[in-house]
Amino acid sequence: MQTRYIKYLLVIVIFVYACKKSEDIHEKVETFLGFQKPKNFPETVYNFANNPVTKEGFELGRMLFYEPRLSRDNTISCGSCHIQSSAFTQHGHDVSHGIDDRLGTRNSPPIMNLAWNKAFMWGGGIYDLDLFPISPITAHEEMDESLENVLNKLKAMDKYKNKFKAAFSTEEISTANFLKALSQFMLMCVSSNSKYDKVMRKEDNASFTTTELEGYELFKQKCASCHTEPLFTDNGFRNNGLAPSPINDLGLYTATLLTADKYKFKVPSLRNLKYTAPFMHDGRFLTLDAVFTHYIHEVQATENLDPLLNKNGVRGIAINNEEKTKLMAFLNTLNDEDFINNKLLAEQ
Amino acid sequence: MKKILTIITITSILFYACKKDNPTPEFDEQNLASLSVEFDNIVGGRTFALNNTAVPYTNAKGEKFTISMVQYFISNIQVTTTAGKQYTVPQDSSYFLIKGADKATRFAKVKVPEGDYSKLTFVLGVDSLRSTMPVDKRTGVLDPAMGGGHGGGGMYWGWNSGYIFFKFEGNSEVISDDQQGDPTGKKQFRYHIGGFGGYSAPTINNIKTITVDLNNAGIAKVRKDRQSNIHLFVDLMKFFDGTNSFSIKDRPTVMFSEYSTNIAKNFKDLFTHDHTEN
Repeated sequence: MQTRYIKYLLVIVIFVYACKKSEDIHEKVETFLGFQKPKNFPETVYNFANNPVTKEGFELGRMLFYEPRLSRDNTISCGSCHIQSSAFTQHGHDVSHGIDDRLGTRNSPPIMNLAWNKAFMWGGGIYDLDLFPISPITAHEEMDESLENVLNKLKAMDKYKNKFKAAFSTEEISTANFLKALSQFMLMCVSSNSKYDKVMRKEDNASFTTTELEGYELFKQKCASCHTEPLFTDNGFRNNGLAPSPINDLGLYTATLLTADKYKFKVPSLRNLKYTAPFMHDGRFLTLDAVFTHYIHEVQATENLDPLLNKNGVRGIAINNEEKTKLMAFLNTLNDEDFINNKLLAEQ
Repeated sequence: MKKILTIITITSILFYACKKDNPTPEFDEQNLASLSVEFDNIVGGRTFALNNTAVPYTNAKGEKFTISMVQYFISNIQVTTTAGKQYTVPQDSSYFLIKGADKATRFAKVKVPEGDYSKLTFVLGVDSLRSTMPVDKRTGVLDPAMGGGHGGGGMYWGWNSGYIFFKFEGNSEVISDDQQGDPTGKKQFRYHIGGFGGYSAPTINNIKTITVDLNNAGIAKVRKDRQSNIHLFVDLMKFFDGTNSFSIKDRPTVMFSEYSTNIAKNFKDLFTHDHTEN
């Protein structure tokens, strides 16, 4: 009799515990943590004081990011060329594929760790994330729409009136609030949970394999001066010796008109390479192997070639096959599965 | 004797009247009154009209042209009194977009202290400080959404953050149909002149500060009980025929490029003070 009683009690306790546990999980999903700087990352560049990330602002931004009304014929959203499963790039396209099947001239870069970015675009020209979306919205070969029209389309929808009110305490859909909401979403696209990050933060007992560790050492010697840790870019613009493209894209020069900027392009991050092929500003290299071949054998002596790629009259970086294997192993630790699967960042 | 007295009395009354009519108020930055600056577009010896294809304008190079759009930013208005006192209109109320197609936009209306002004200074364009401000500060005529994009009436460059200071478009038969001219065959010229000096590294700067001496054509007497209007002529012909004259045929499209700095040097030649309405 007594054992039966105990058993009965035990079942109840388990039930109660189960309930409690599920409540906890529920609560965790509901709590929006806002923007959080990963422990192993430096201070941010973005001015959060002028646009603090809130749950409502972020959700509105996410809705806008996946809103095809941002394009002239309501077919293309930001998410069309920045696909989460490809770490917010357009996988398989050398250059971006926009409205009316028009092709751009550059490879769609990832929406990732933008809070640490000082300049935007492969060729610069934009230095404030809040002003960034105007470019793809108005570009002829991207969304080909005017900002004014976009706002008019949104103003006609009650859904957005409510969302703007929740986010900015006003139903008015202004340029500033529209752009700030988009920034809030993009700022939350933080990739910081790769194996590399876990090793650096000493999380989950993560550690590099011998090959990865050797690759990391080689990386620090041969790559890190431009692809600086932990973001794996120095945020700069450099000429890495690519042969000029058929359209002779002059890169940063187009925005500054300074001769010293000819053929300089933004140094991209090396995070998530597994998902973001093809590579370079015009997507000319389909594989990482082709990228290695470029740096080892194919660096061209073009105007403003980065001095780091032309040491003692020898162009390129000396990497043998064994070293390449090790470097590849290290680069593989920079892929962040959590980032591409984070439901918070997906179209709802 | 009585006659003399009468004359003296009348004279004093007259003097008094004159004095009363024209006292120069003390310069007080709290005591503001309205002043307008009128930007009256003209084209050489003719009035401004859009698309007057029947009788086009002719520049000094003998090129016939019509105008389909002209828009420019006027900002940072500053006035100086005859006594040399300067007043700068607060920046937040000192940005104006003058649009050829909309007559109502030809006035830049500001508030300045009561006084007699003999000098007017303004910026043609948008200063670099405002060009780099957060998006919240870009309201009114500075709203990047204003005007329907840079292909239409918009004055904002999305791809290279900054404003177009002077947008001037039209047509001329001298423009070829090849890549050097207008490949669409519309014989269109398009001048989008901007460039505020760059966010991070120094780049082209086409911001021009224009100073106009009002002494010859009439100083502005700004008083609370009336509307003083400085009437400027803006001669668009000088865009082609100014200090750095150029040919439409040779340069039918100029946007963000080194050559734009040559055209911007003509801006100061556009403005002349015709008269002041007090």
